Amino acid sequence: MATERKILKKESLGPLFEKMNAAGKRILAPRKTGEQIRFEPVTSANEIAADFVQSTASAKWAVFPAVEEMLSFRSLDKETKLEAKQSKPQPTVVFGIRPCDAAAFKALHAVFATDYKDDLFLDRWEQITLIGMSCTKADDYCFCTSVGGNPGSTVGSDILLTPLANGDFLAEILTEKGQQLVASLDGLFAAGGSDIDKESLLAKVTPKFDAKQMKAKMDAVFNNEKLWTRQSLRCIGCGACAFVCPSCSCFDIQDERYGGKGQRLRCWDSCGFGLFTLHTSGHNPRHTQAQRWRQRLMHKFSYGPEKYELPGCVGCGRCSRACPTDMNILGHLLEIAEEKL
Amino acid sequence: MSAENLYKPYVMKIEKITQEAPEVKTFKLVFTDEEEGKNFNFKAGQFGEYSILGEGESTFCIASSPTRKGYIECTFRRAGRVTSALARLEEGDTMGFRGPYGNTFPIDDWKGKSLLFIAGGIALPPMRCVIWNALDLRENFKDVTIIYGARTVNDLVYKHELEDWGKRPDVKLITTVDPGGETPDWKGEIGFVPTVLEKAAPSSANTIAIVCGPPIMIKFTFPVLTKLGFTPENIFTTLENRMKCGIGKCGRCNVGKYFVCKDGPVFTFAQVKELPPEY
Repeated sequence: MATERKILKKESLGPLFEKMNAAGKRILAPRKTGEQIRFEPVTSANEIAADFVQSTASAKWAVFPAVEEMLSFRSLDKETKLEAKQSKPQPTVVFGIRPCDAAAFKALHAVFATDYKDDLFLDRWEQITLIGMSCTKADDYCFCTSVGGNPGSTVGSDILLTPLANGDFLAEILTEKGQQLVASLDGLFAAGGSDIDKESLLAKVTPKFDAKQMKAKMDAVFNNEKLWTRQSLRCIGCGACAFVCPSCSCFDIQDERYGGKGQRLRCWDSCGFGLFTLHTSGHNPRHTQAQRWRQRLMHKFSYGPEKYELPGCVGCGRCSRACPTDMNILGHLLEIAEEKL
Repeated sequence: MSAENLYKPYVMKIEKITQEAPEVKTFKLVFTDEEEGKNFNFKAGQFGEYSILGEGESTFCIASSPTRKGYIECTFRRAGRVTSALARLEEGDTMGFRGPYGNTFPIDDWKGKSLLFIAGGIALPPMRCVIWNALDLRENFKDVTIIYGARTVNDLVYKHELEDWGKRPDVKLITTVDPGGETPDWKGEIGFVPTVLEKAAPSSANTIAIVCGPPIMIKFTFPVLTKLGFTPENIFTTLENRMKCGIGKCGRCNVGKYFVCKDGPVFTFAQVKELPPEY
């Protein structure tokens, strides 16, 4: 559908949250707790963190929770009763998601909707509306423009807000879901905005490498063991990068039992963990941290893009900000980007 | 809201347990829901996630042939948490099964050809499915040769079936055990599978080779097959990466551009040669 522009006045933000609440929608928005900014359920616009570049963790959990029940069971003597999960997810609005994170939602969707349809994910997906927030600030970790995004990208969002100098927002209504939400909030979005120069309001993020060439370069350095070893020498395999990543989708399946009851759980996992690929026999196809680091980059920049025709990394920079040993993915990607083909 | 949960297993009843070798058992499983059993179909080479609620899921191939309807069989060695729990089950108990998953051996394309099966140790089960599938349609194929080795005589699985195959005039069976693994009355070969294969030197003319075994056996078997004249496109194997979801989502069996669970587990040697060595 054609993008429609409107204006959301700053004084309409409060009523926006009130009306969405009243309509029974769960609202997830960035909230500050100590030094951390996370997407959490909020009921009022006053709770939202302002003036930040990037939230500490992504909003990924709204469609793909860190831990979720796949099914539950009860055992009585030798008989086991199985209950597949059948709860209907609550309609949810994610407010203030960055364009990079909104693009990552598309990458997640590709994984869970390709071939086998993963209903645990898709049922949540259907209930979610994304209100994106363009970036007016960026830092040295940001590299969205190198992987096909930009600080005002509309990809993935249902509505994209761009802050104006006077505190109001330019609102771009991008999808039917966005249109439905705007229609349900009658009057809050005012006419206007067609003459606004959006580009001039956005953060400047200079492109550092060409993502389109990255697959060929990754494939070219695949057997360069020295490069992978050098890049991953500091990696302690903690998995923090994967847990803050908005597009990492790998998971583990684990059973938990409490007396006669239990659950089968889906939990986030990371290719950076040695246990990820370890066979029961003791054989491990990726037995060194260098191989696991290579897998992380190959998956995001070679295998993923080939399979889903979408970038597997959105350049949010969280992995570099979160790394306890200060590995910077951008620096490592630049080294590979310099490879002559 | 969708009606189905992809991860919900079928509830299967263990009809029969066979002790194949030390720590190795075969379960014959039937569907507790008749309707589900009637609608269930699979092909040779496919696998499933076998589970005990509270312990977890484990990945094995379906070891019975799709030509035998009404049940499936799996053969496993007790090794980790799930297989240890499975090994404690008794006939009549119930357990979970999700599947069938993965691609299949293109057995329909092999009509009119000879088949050479080469297996080592606990890797006979994935091949047993194809062997019985081929033997139940015996007229479709020319020569059928089976070379199977294990560490010791005691470690050979499906002993009763090996005996049957050995007696059949339309099957050439060669069994072998590693040096030192023989018993005084052992009548088979003594030596590693690749060596025995080289000595037997089966013809590669119009023949498909199917190889399953531990990585070390596979590594030394491919060169022998090449020497015998087999092309990479005519050698098939199954890869056995660690899996959880079985349907190309959870990520751990990713090797190169493939998910072993969804794009495999059956690959030709031509495909395997192109993969990064992460299997």
